[in-house]
Amino acid sequence: MTADAQYIPTASPHAHDRSSIDRIMLRVCLALTPVSLWGFYCFGWPAVVMFVTTCLAAILTELACLYVQQQPLSRLWDGSALLTGWLLALTLPPWAPWWIAVGGAFFAITIGKQIYGGIGQNVFNPALLARIALLISFPVQLTTWVNVTPIDSANAPGLADAFAIIFAGQPWMSDAADGITGATWLGASKAAAAGGADLAAMLSQDFSLYDAFLGLTRGSLGETSTLLVLLGGIWLLITRTISWHIPVSLLGTLALLAWLGNLSNPQSYPGVLFHLTSGGVMIGAFFYATDYVTSPSTPVGKLIFGAGCGVVLFAIRSWGGFPEAVAFAILLMNALAPLIDRVTKPRAYGRRHSGDAIKHTPAQRRVV
Amino acid sequence: MLFGLGKIRGGVHPDGHKIDSARLVINSQLPLPDTLWLPLCQHSGEDARPLVQAGERVLKGQRIAAAAGRFSANIHAPTSGTITSIDTITMPHPSGLPANAIILQPDGKDEWITLQPPADPFSMPQEALATLVEQAGIVGMGGAIFPAAIKLRQGRRFEIKTLIVNGSECEPYLTTDDRLMRERAAEIVEGARLVRYIIEAYRTVIAIEDNKPQAIAALQEAAANVGAIEIVVVPARYPMGSAKQLIQAVTGLEVPAGKRSNDIGVLVHNVATVYAIQQALIHGKPLISRVTTVAGGCVGEPRNVEALLGTPIHYLFEQCGGLTTTPARLLMGGPMMGQVLPTTEVPLIKGSSGVLALTKAEVNEHMPSPCIRCGRCVDACPMGLLPLEMARNSKQDDFDSAQDAGLRDCILCGSCSYVCPSHIPLVQYFEYAKGELAESRASQQKLSYTQELMAARKERLEREAAAKEAAKQAKKAKAKAKKPRKAAAPTTVAADTADTAETASTTDHAGA
Ligand code: SF4
Ligand code: SF4
Repeated sequence: MTADAQYIPTASPHAHDRSSIDRIMLRVCLALTPVSLWGFYCFGWPAVVMFVTTCLAAILTELACLYVQQQPLSRLWDGSALLTGWLLALTLPPWAPWWIAVGGAFFAITIGKQIYGGIGQNVFNPALLARIALLISFPVQLTTWVNVTPIDSANAPGLADAFAIIFAGQPWMSDAADGITGATWLGASKAAAAGGADLAAMLSQDFSLYDAFLGLTRGSLGETSTLLVLLGGIWLLITRTISWHIPVSLLGTLALLAWLGNLSNPQSYPGVLFHLTSGGVMIGAFFYATDYVTSPSTPVGKLIFGAGCGVVLFAIRSWGGFPEAVAFAILLMNALAPLIDRVTKPRAYGRRHSGDAIKHTPAQRRVV
Repeated sequence: MLFGLGKIRGGVHPDGHKIDSARLVINSQLPLPDTLWLPLCQHSGEDARPLVQAGERVLKGQRIAAAAGRFSANIHAPTSGTITSIDTITMPHPSGLPANAIILQPDGKDEWITLQPPADPFSMPQEALATLVEQAGIVGMGGAIFPAAIKLRQGRRFEIKTLIVNGSECEPYLTTDDRLMRERAAEIVEGARLVRYIIEAYRTVIAIEDNKPQAIAALQEAAANVGAIEIVVVPARYPMGSAKQLIQAVTGLEVPAGKRSNDIGVLVHNVATVYAIQQALIHGKPLISRVTTVAGGCVGEPRNVEALLGTPIHYLFEQCGGLTTTPARLLMGGPMMGQVLPTTEVPLIKGSSGVLALTKAEVNEHMPSPCIRCGRCVDACPMGLLPLEMARNSKQDDFDSAQDAGLRDCILCGSCSYVCPSHIPLVQYFEYAKGELAESRASQQKLSYTQELMAARKERLEREAAAKEAAKQAKKAKAKAKKPRKAAAPTTVAADTADTAETASTTDHAGA
């Protein structure tokens, strides 16, 4: 039986719950809208230009791939390319130059997705894969974080400046001198810990949980406001677009480990709230780790997957070389997802986990 | 979730669309149609054998075809009239293949044969009652079309702890059981008592989904005076009406894989079947009509009708306000598990719980796109299977892996396809794979049967040769010794035990 070509519309059921891929993708995009808008506000027009460039590049690449592979071009409307571009843009520094945006989007769609055979076939989350590829290739550009310069503030660039910044690499207020860029909190705490400084003291001085929660810190476009990410994530849970398993087990595991670490040695292990509100943890838990294609499909598998992400995340943050670990943790678990799926096969009705029929007390035979 | 009930997994909540047809009382006053098509096969077994000839006049309730074989069932004339012919007609099946049918032209007199109801069924031997049910031609009316008498006899062979009368009717659109329970509660309770008497069940439960409050109230009232008939309310969820899920909800037990509900002491009968049994045993009436839901977005006035078997479907639509638009899909049964009808020129049969004419919007069909591994099908599967894996393996003709991922336990309920955002026709893949497997099993069986025969023959020849040899040796020895000596008795040629094991159907044909 060859694929979908032989589709004969006579098999039951003759009803459907009206869900569709494009609706799901649209819902995820909607859930990302608040945090994206907040990112635009915080980082101004250049962020908008960078975002639109990434999304457009992703869509055009998808179109080209569909064309080359002679797949129906209408598949573009499933919205997955837009979502991939969107998710990628949110991981990038808000003022990333155009070639980072376009190169990343191209990589995400081609190497991240189409090379495996298109939607549903890829092993790794395309957006995260592209982000890591970019980070390895262009570490400087990928770790240059602009300060929060709200779109309506005096020294924020206008739309024309934005194009110049993104497309021509025009410097804006000569970067470091004016303190317009700096490290993220995670980067700072990492550097501090490496230098033997007292992390707890430093954090209590500088780190503002409030800022981290609302999103007034340096970081990539989408990983600033924990609050807005959380709102979008909860909406996805309510609309049953994603299930609770992955976010809850990921955040729960991370919180537990952070708590234990902090309890054992507050000097070198920051507390639970720092872990949960900084970097891309929240957005990773709700939007990247929950990617259908690259996460397990059984409920127990999802719990294991989330917990695995949490453990790896904590380990890399605490002992690894990179300050930011969400992308690595999720990608690593992506690779394990098929295995997790295999070992967490649900128990079928009337069978034990082993697949044997359940035992029963046989009904007595009557003599008639 | 209701306290004390078993927790069932998965399932979906499809749009009910039940209000339209549930609002009106059953219309049992349909005028006689011009002609009735009575297929010889309205049950799970062989064609029934016709007992009438063209031109013969028959009376209402007269047996016109006799069961031929174990899973076959009798067919009776639904009204008085003349047999026009015995000919092929289009069957209510997606294939649209022709099948033999008795064609009856009603004479308008609706003249009954003399009915001979038993005086007091509750004092009769149970086996005799099962035989009466058999004679009445009753089959599972929830769509299983398995002869009811066989199930009753199976029930007698086992100790049945719980008899479940299935009134959960979980398919969207269908309200025949709902209306039947509301309007004929006393008959259903009496039918349940009869079945309980026949199979000597300890506990009798009528299980109804919680979205049918009037039916629940009616049955509670009807059962109140009788005692020992429990009305159990189960949560409304598709596929609650599937025997396995209902058994779990009511008793907390799962039917072990590969076993039947008898094996754990449970028997499930559909309410409509129980009603038909009551009609047969109390009034002596054979199965000649049934209540069916005529509904769907294309139907002018959706409602339930009590129609004669053999009534053409187009006639039913005409009697229910006609078709307002051209239907995108014609179905027999509900939208989740029903079968596509090739045309409206097909008859109503014993297993038709509904005939639906759906609009394009209702069917909501789309071209399938690739699986995005969203896991919704896994969450929806009431059997705890991995539909996405089963479909992938089936597509690649890797049936062993598909079996392993759950195909062997799949009840084809369609919950997975219903929720799949990629619109993948999962059930179609499963039907395909099951078909292929059945075919290869059949040829395997044939092969191993031939091998067995050959092995048996070889063994017999060897045994015979050995016996001859032994006899020769014995003779020789006797001759040599010249003394009368007891020779080894030649081994008798054992009778070939070619008696092939009875290959009864293993599927559990509980009313779904
Ligand atoms: S519901 Fe459809 S798309 Fe989702 S995992 Fe199952 S088969 Fe794939
Ligand atoms: S059709 Fe089979 S696989 Fe799909 S939900 Fe029903 S039992 Fe599960």
